[in-house]
Amino acid sequence: MNESPLLRLLLIFLPLSFLTVGGGQSIISDIHRQAVSVQGWMSDAEFLNLFALSRMTPGPGALLSSMVGWQVAGWWGAVVASFALFAPSSVLVYGLAHLWRRSRGAAWTQAVEVGLAPVAAGMILAAGFTLLRAAEGGVLAWAVAAVSTLLLMFTRLSPFLLLGAGALAFLLLMG
Amino acid sequence: MADGQMAALEVEARPPTAWEIFLAFSRVGLTSFGGGLSGWMMREFVQRRRWVDEGEFLSGLALAQALPGVNVVNLSIWIGFRLRGGRGALMGALGMIVPPMLLAVALVALSGPLLQGPLAFKLLAGVAAAAMGLSLQMGLRAARRAANGMVPVVIMVATFAAIFLAGLPLVWVVVAMAPLSIAHAAWRLRGRA
Repeated sequence: MNESPLLRLLLIFLPLSFLTVGGGQSIISDIHRQAVSVQGWMSDAEFLNLFALSRMTPGPGALLSSMVGWQVAGWWGAVVASFALFAPSSVLVYGLAHLWRRSRGAAWTQAVEVGLAPVAAGMILAAGFTLLRAAEGGVLAWAVAAVSTLLLMFTRLSPFLLLGAGALAFLLLMG
Repeated sequence: MADGQMAALEVEARPPTAWEIFLAFSRVGLTSFGGGLSGWMMREFVQRRRWVDEGEFLSGLALAQALPGVNVVNLSIWIGFRLRGGRGALMGALGMIVPPMLLAVALVALSGPLLQGPLAFKLLAGVAAAAMGLSLQMGLRAARRAANGMVPVVIMVATFAAIFLAGLPLVWVVVAMAPLSIAHAAWRLRGRA
Protein backbone atom coordinates (compact mmCIF):
# COMPACT_ATOMS: atom_id res chain seq x y z
CA MET A 1 0.00 0.00 0.00
CA ASN A 2 1.29 3.42 -0.91
CA GLU A 3 -0.94 5.69 1.11
CA SER A 4 0.28 9.15 1.98
CA PRO A 5 1.48 9.53 5.57
CA LEU A 6 -1.19 12.16 6.20
CA LEU A 7 -3.95 9.73 5.29
CA ARG A 8 -2.31 7.13 7.54
CA LEU A 9 -2.27 9.58 10.44
CA LEU A 10 -5.92 10.40 9.85
CA LEU A 11 -6.97 6.76 9.75
CA ILE A 12 -5.01 5.87 12.88
CA PHE A 13 -6.10 8.77 15.07
CA LEU A 14 -9.77 9.03 14.04
CA PRO A 15 -10.94 5.87 15.83
CA LEU A 16 -8.77 6.70 18.85
CA SER A 17 -10.88 9.83 19.35
CA PHE A 18 -13.76 7.74 20.65
CA LEU A 19 -11.51 5.47 22.69
CA THR A 20 -9.99 8.32 24.65
CA VAL A 21 -11.36 8.59 28.15
CA GLY A 22 -10.05 10.84 30.89
CA GLY A 23 -6.81 12.64 30.25
CA GLY A 24 -5.78 10.61 27.23
CA GLN A 25 -3.61 8.04 29.03
CA SER A 26 -5.95 5.30 27.82
CA ILE A 27 -4.74 5.54 24.23
CA ILE A 28 -1.01 6.00 24.75
CA SER A 29 -0.21 2.31 24.45
CA ASP A 30 -2.15 2.22 21.19
CA ILE A 31 -0.32 5.23 19.76
CA HIS A 32 2.94 3.58 20.80
CA ARG A 33 2.06 0.30 19.09
CA GLN A 34 1.08 2.03 15.86
CA ALA A 35 3.99 4.49 15.74
CA VAL A 36 6.73 2.01 16.63
CA SER A 37 5.69 -1.54 15.69
CA VAL A 38 3.01 -1.23 13.02
CA GLN A 39 4.04 1.84 11.01
CA GLY A 40 7.71 1.98 11.97
CA TRP A 41 7.64 5.77 12.15
CA MET A 42 10.13 5.95 15.01
CA SER A 43 12.18 3.88 17.45
CA ASP A 44 11.09 3.00 20.96
CA ALA A 45 13.51 5.56 22.42
CA GLU A 46 12.22 8.29 20.13
CA PHE A 47 8.68 7.57 21.21
CA LEU A 48 9.60 7.68 24.89
CA ASN A 49 11.30 11.01 24.28
CA LEU A 50 8.12 12.42 22.78
CA PHE A 51 6.08 10.98 25.62
CA ALA A 52 8.32 12.60 28.24
CA LEU A 53 8.11 15.90 26.40
CA SER A 54 4.33 15.70 26.23
CA ARG A 55 4.27 15.37 30.00
CA MET A 56 6.40 18.46 30.46
CA THR A 57 4.71 20.87 28.12
CA PRO A 58 1.57 22.69 29.26
CA GLY A 59 -1.80 21.86 27.75
CA PRO A 60 -3.57 18.53 27.27
CA GLY A 61 -1.29 15.48 27.48
CA ALA A 62 -3.02 14.18 24.35
CA LEU A 63 -0.92 16.68 22.39
CA LEU A 64 1.41 13.70 22.13
CA SER A 65 -0.62 13.05 18.98
CA SER A 66 0.53 16.40 17.51
CA MET A 67 4.13 15.54 18.32
CA VAL A 68 3.88 12.15 16.65
CA GLY A 69 2.18 13.79 13.65
CA TRP A 70 4.95 16.35 13.40
CA GLN A 71 7.61 13.66 13.52
CA VAL A 72 5.87 11.79 10.68
CA ALA A 73 4.89 14.60 8.31
CA GLY A 74 5.88 18.02 9.65
CA TRP A 75 3.38 20.72 10.49
CA TRP A 76 0.62 19.24 8.36
CA GLY A 77 1.14 15.95 10.12
CA ALA A 78 0.70 17.68 13.48
CA VAL A 79 -2.48 19.39 12.31
CA VAL A 80 -3.99 16.24 10.79
CA ALA A 81 -3.20 14.04 13.82
CA SER A 82 -4.60 16.58 16.28
CA PHE A 83 -7.71 17.19 14.22
CA ALA A 84 -8.37 13.46 13.89
CA LEU A 85 -7.96 12.89 17.62
CA PHE A 86 -9.94 15.88 18.90
CA ALA A 87 -12.69 16.57 16.36
CA PRO A 88 -14.96 13.48 16.45
CA SER A 89 -15.40 13.32 20.23
CA SER A 90 -15.78 17.12 20.32
CA VAL A 91 -18.75 16.98 17.95
CA LEU A 92 -20.41 14.48 20.27
CA VAL A 93 -19.91 16.68 23.34
CA TYR A 94 -21.11 19.70 21.39
CA GLY A 95 -24.34 17.89 20.50
CA LEU A 96 -24.92 17.01 24.12
CA ALA A 97 -24.30 20.60 25.23
CA HIS A 98 -26.98 21.68 22.74
CA LEU A 99 -29.47 19.18 24.08
CA TRP A 100 -28.65 20.31 27.60
CA ARG A 101 -29.26 23.99 26.75
CA ARG A 102 -32.66 23.20 25.22
CA SER A 103 -33.89 21.47 28.36
CA ARG A 104 -32.33 23.93 30.78
CA GLY A 105 -34.22 24.22 34.06
CA ALA A 106 -36.07 20.95 33.44
CA ALA A 107 -36.35 18.71 36.48
CA TRP A 108 -34.08 16.04 34.98
CA THR A 109 -31.17 18.39 34.26
CA GLN A 110 -31.33 19.63 37.86
CA ALA A 111 -31.33 16.07 39.13
CA VAL A 112 -28.34 15.25 36.91
CA GLU A 113 -26.39 18.28 38.16
CA VAL A 114 -27.09 17.58 41.81
CA GLY A 115 -26.60 13.84 41.39
CA LEU A 116 -23.27 14.14 39.58
CA ALA A 117 -21.73 16.31 42.32
CA PRO A 118 -20.72 13.52 44.73
CA VAL A 119 -19.58 11.29 41.86
CA ALA A 120 -17.42 14.12 40.50
CA ALA A 121 -15.97 14.79 43.95
CA GLY A 122 -15.03 11.13 44.42
CA MET A 123 -13.49 11.01 40.94
CA ILE A 124 -11.43 14.17 41.39
CA LEU A 125 -10.07 13.06 44.75
CA ALA A 126 -9.22 9.63 43.39
CA ALA A 127 -7.35 11.22 40.48
CA GLY A 128 -5.43 13.46 42.87
CA PHE A 129 -4.42 10.57 45.13
CA THR A 130 -3.46 8.41 42.14
CA LEU A 131 -1.07 11.16 41.05
CA LEU A 132 0.32 11.39 44.59
CA ARG A 133 0.93 7.65 44.72
CA ALA A 134 2.87 7.77 41.45
CA ALA A 135 4.73 11.01 42.16
CA GLU A 136 8.49 11.24 41.66
CA GLY A 137 10.19 12.15 44.92
CA GLY A 138 8.06 10.24 47.47
CA VAL A 139 7.67 12.03 50.78
CA LEU A 140 9.06 15.28 49.43
CA ALA A 141 6.43 15.28 46.69
CA TRP A 142 3.68 14.59 49.21
CA ALA A 143 4.85 17.40 51.46
CA VAL A 144 5.02 19.88 48.58
CA ALA A 145 1.58 18.77 47.36
CA ALA A 146 0.07 19.12 50.85
CA VAL A 147 1.47 22.61 51.40
CA SER A 148 0.37 23.68 47.94
CA THR A 149 -3.15 22.30 48.54
CA LEU A 150 -3.52 24.21 51.81
CA LEU A 151 -2.20 27.46 50.36
CA LEU A 152 -4.53 27.18 47.37
CA MET A 153 -7.51 26.53 49.60
CA PHE A 154 -6.94 29.24 52.16
CA THR A 155 -5.05 32.00 50.36
CA ARG A 156 -5.32 33.74 46.99
CA LEU A 157 -1.67 33.06 46.22
CA SER A 158 -0.89 32.63 42.52
CA PRO A 159 -0.34 28.98 41.51
CA PHE A 160 2.75 30.06 39.56
CA LEU A 161 4.44 31.06 42.76
CA LEU A 162 3.71 27.61 44.16
CA LEU A 163 5.02 25.84 41.06
CA GLY A 164 8.23 27.83 41.31
CA ALA A 165 8.55 27.06 45.00
CA GLY A 166 7.94 23.36 44.29
CA ALA A 167 10.70 23.33 41.68
CA LEU A 168 13.07 25.10 44.08
CA ALA A 169 12.27 22.68 46.92
CA PHE A 170 13.06 19.70 44.69
CA LEU A 171 16.24 21.32 43.41
CA LEU A 172 17.52 21.84 46.97
CA LEU A 173 16.19 18.75 48.72
CA MET A 174 15.92 15.92 46.20
CA GLY A 175 18.79 13.50 46.53
CA MET B 1 -25.34 29.09 48.59
CA ALA B 2 -24.98 32.90 48.46
CA ASP B 3 -21.59 32.70 46.81
CA GLY B 4 -22.89 30.57 43.97
CA GLN B 5 -25.90 32.81 43.39
CA MET B 6 -23.71 35.87 43.15
CA ALA B 7 -21.47 34.16 40.64
CA ALA B 8 -24.53 33.12 38.63
CA LEU B 9 -25.77 36.72 38.54
CA GLU B 10 -22.44 37.96 37.25
CA VAL B 11 -22.44 35.27 34.60
CA GLU B 12 -25.79 36.53 33.31
CA ALA B 13 -24.67 40.16 33.50
CA ARG B 14 -21.80 40.12 31.03
CA PRO B 15 -21.06 37.09 28.87
CA PRO B 16 -17.51 37.22 27.50
CA THR B 17 -16.98 37.63 23.75
CA ALA B 18 -15.80 34.71 21.62
CA TRP B 19 -12.35 36.29 21.42
CA GLU B 20 -12.13 36.72 25.19
CA ILE B 21 -13.08 33.05 25.51
CA PHE B 22 -10.30 32.05 23.13
CA LEU B 23 -7.73 34.13 25.02
CA ALA B 24 -8.80 32.87 28.44
CA PHE B 25 -8.64 29.21 27.39
CA SER B 26 -5.29 29.77 25.64
CA ARG B 27 -3.98 31.28 28.83
CA VAL B 28 -4.93 28.19 30.80
CA GLY B 29 -3.67 25.87 28.05
CA LEU B 30 -0.29 27.61 27.85
CA THR B 31 0.35 28.04 31.55
CA SER B 32 -0.83 24.73 33.00
CA PHE B 33 2.60 23.31 33.74
CA GLY B 34 2.77 20.12 35.74
CA GLY B 35 -0.66 18.74 34.79
CA GLY B 36 -3.85 19.14 36.79
CA LEU B 37 -5.45 21.06 33.92
CA SER B 38 -9.00 20.92 35.22
CA GLY B 39 -7.78 22.40 38.51
CA TRP B 40 -6.29 25.30 36.56
CA MET B 41 -9.58 25.68 34.69
CA MET B 42 -11.60 25.76 37.90
CA ARG B 43 -9.29 28.38 39.38
CA GLU B 44 -9.49 30.57 36.28
CA PHE B 45 -13.17 30.27 35.33
CA VAL B 46 -14.89 29.79 38.69
CA GLN B 47 -12.72 31.49 41.26
CA ARG B 48 -10.97 34.23 39.29
CA ARG B 49 -13.25 35.23 36.42
CA ARG B 50 -16.55 33.91 37.83
CA TRP B 51 -17.78 32.93 34.37
CA VAL B 52 -19.50 29.80 35.67
CA ASP B 53 -20.43 28.81 39.18
CA GLU B 54 -18.85 25.92 41.04
CA GLY B 55 -21.83 23.56 40.72
CA GLU B 56 -22.06 24.03 36.98
CA PHE B 57 -18.34 23.54 36.59
CA LEU B 58 -18.26 20.31 38.59
CA SER B 59 -21.25 18.71 36.85
CA GLY B 60 -19.66 19.71 33.52
CA LEU B 61 -16.42 18.07 34.64
CA ALA B 62 -18.18 14.83 35.58
CA LEU B 63 -19.87 14.69 32.18
CA ALA B 64 -16.64 15.61 30.40
CA GLN B 65 -14.86 12.72 32.13
CA ALA B 66 -17.57 10.19 31.39
CA LEU B 67 -17.88 11.03 27.67
CA PRO B 68 -15.35 9.85 25.09
CA GLY B 69 -12.67 12.38 24.25
CA VAL B 70 -9.95 14.18 26.17
CA ASN B 71 -11.66 15.45 29.31
CA VAL B 72 -10.22 18.97 29.37
CA VAL B 73 -11.18 19.50 25.73
CA ASN B 74 -14.69 18.24 26.47
CA LEU B 75 -14.86 20.57 29.44
CA SER B 76 -13.68 23.51 27.31
CA ILE B 77 -16.48 22.83 24.84
CA TRP B 78 -18.99 22.52 27.67
CA ILE B 79 -17.99 25.80 29.34
CA GLY B 80 -17.52 27.64 26.03
CA PHE B 81 -21.00 26.60 24.91
CA ARG B 82 -22.49 27.67 28.22
CA LEU B 83 -20.86 31.11 27.82
CA ARG B 84 -21.57 31.86 24.17
CA GLY B 85 -23.20 28.97 22.32
CA GLY B 86 -21.54 27.29 19.33
CA ARG B 87 -18.94 30.02 18.80
CA GLY B 88 -18.00 29.88 22.46
CA ALA B 89 -17.60 26.11 22.30
CA LEU B 90 -15.39 26.34 19.21
CA MET B 91 -13.24 29.13 20.65
CA GLY B 92 -12.90 27.35 23.99
CA ALA B 93 -11.70 24.13 22.35
CA LEU B 94 -9.38 25.91 19.89
CA GLY B 95 -7.88 28.02 22.67
CA MET B 96 -7.21 24.91 24.73
CA ILE B 97 -5.66 22.94 21.83
CA VAL B 98 -3.99 25.17 19.24
CA PRO B 99 -1.59 27.42 21.19
CA PRO B 100 -0.29 24.57 23.39
CA MET B 101 0.05 22.43 20.25
CA LEU B 102 2.21 25.06 18.55
CA LEU B 103 4.34 25.27 21.66
CA ALA B 104 4.63 21.47 22.00
CA VAL B 105 5.71 20.96 18.40
CA ALA B 106 8.12 23.89 18.57
CA LEU B 107 9.71 22.29 21.63
CA VAL B 108 10.09 18.95 19.88
CA ALA B 109 11.61 20.68 16.89
CA LEU B 110 14.04 22.86 18.81
CA SER B 111 15.18 21.38 22.03
CA GLY B 112 14.03 17.86 22.70
CA PRO B 113 17.33 16.58 24.16
CA LEU B 114 17.92 19.73 26.25
CA LEU B 115 14.86 19.03 28.35
CA GLN B 116 15.93 15.51 29.28
CA GLY B 117 18.81 16.26 31.68
CA PRO B 118 18.75 15.46 35.43
CA LEU B 119 18.33 19.13 36.36
CA ALA B 120 15.23 19.45 34.19
CA PHE B 121 13.94 16.22 35.69
CA LYS B 122 14.17 17.58 39.25
CA LEU B 123 12.61 20.92 38.38
CA LEU B 124 9.73 19.28 36.59
CA ALA B 125 9.10 16.79 39.38
CA GLY B 126 8.88 19.73 41.77
CA VAL B 127 6.49 21.60 39.51
CA ALA B 128 4.35 18.48 39.14
CA ALA B 129 4.20 17.97 42.93
CA ALA B 130 3.07 21.56 43.49
CA ALA B 131 0.54 21.23 40.64
CA MET B 132 -1.05 18.27 42.42
CA GLY B 133 -2.24 20.82 44.95
CA LEU B 134 -4.52 22.18 42.24
CA SER B 135 -6.21 18.81 41.75
CA LEU B 136 -6.46 18.16 45.47
CA GLN B 137 -7.92 21.55 46.39
CA MET B 138 -10.49 21.11 43.63
CA GLY B 139 -11.38 17.68 44.99
CA LEU B 140 -11.71 19.02 48.54
CA ARG B 141 -13.91 21.90 47.42
CA ALA B 142 -16.07 19.50 45.42
CA ALA B 143 -16.34 17.15 48.42
CA ARG B 144 -17.31 19.94 50.78
CA ARG B 145 -20.00 21.02 48.36
CA ALA B 146 -21.35 17.53 47.67
CA ALA B 147 -21.40 16.32 51.29
CA ASN B 148 -24.91 17.50 52.11
CA GLY B 149 -26.46 14.25 53.24
CA MET B 150 -25.83 10.65 54.13
CA VAL B 151 -26.40 9.22 50.64
CA PRO B 152 -24.17 11.69 48.76
CA VAL B 153 -21.35 11.03 51.22
CA VAL B 154 -21.68 7.26 50.75
CA ILE B 155 -21.68 7.68 46.97
CA MET B 156 -18.66 9.94 47.12
CA VAL B 157 -16.67 7.56 49.29
CA ALA B 158 -17.68 4.56 47.17
CA THR B 159 -16.63 6.34 43.97
CA PHE B 160 -13.28 7.27 45.49
CA ALA B 161 -12.65 3.76 46.81
CA ALA B 162 -13.68 2.06 43.57
CA ILE B 163 -11.24 4.15 41.52
CA PHE B 164 -8.33 4.69 43.89
CA LEU B 165 -8.33 1.58 46.07
CA ALA B 166 -9.89 -1.03 43.81
CA GLY B 167 -8.39 0.39 40.62
CA LEU B 168 -11.58 -0.10 38.60
CA PRO B 169 -11.82 1.68 35.23
CA LEU B 170 -13.26 5.17 35.59
CA VAL B 171 -15.95 4.67 32.96
CA TRP B 172 -17.45 1.65 34.70
CA VAL B 173 -17.49 3.43 38.02
CA VAL B 174 -19.26 6.44 36.54
CA VAL B 175 -21.75 4.24 34.68
CA ALA B 176 -22.57 2.45 37.93
CA MET B 177 -22.58 5.36 40.38
CA ALA B 178 -24.02 8.23 38.32
CA PRO B 179 -27.49 6.74 37.69
CA LEU B 180 -27.82 5.80 41.38
CA SER B 181 -26.83 9.23 42.52
CA ILE B 182 -29.01 11.01 39.94
CA ALA B 183 -32.03 8.89 40.88
CA HIS B 184 -31.52 9.79 44.52
CA ALA B 185 -31.17 13.49 43.65
CA ALA B 186 -34.38 13.36 41.58
CA TRP B 187 -36.23 11.73 44.44
CA ARG B 188 -34.95 14.32 46.89
CA LEU B 189 -35.74 17.28 44.60
CA ARG B 190 -39.28 16.01 44.09
CA GLY B 191 -39.77 15.83 47.83
CA ARG B 192 -38.73 19.45 48.14
CA ALA B 193 -41.05 20.81 45.41
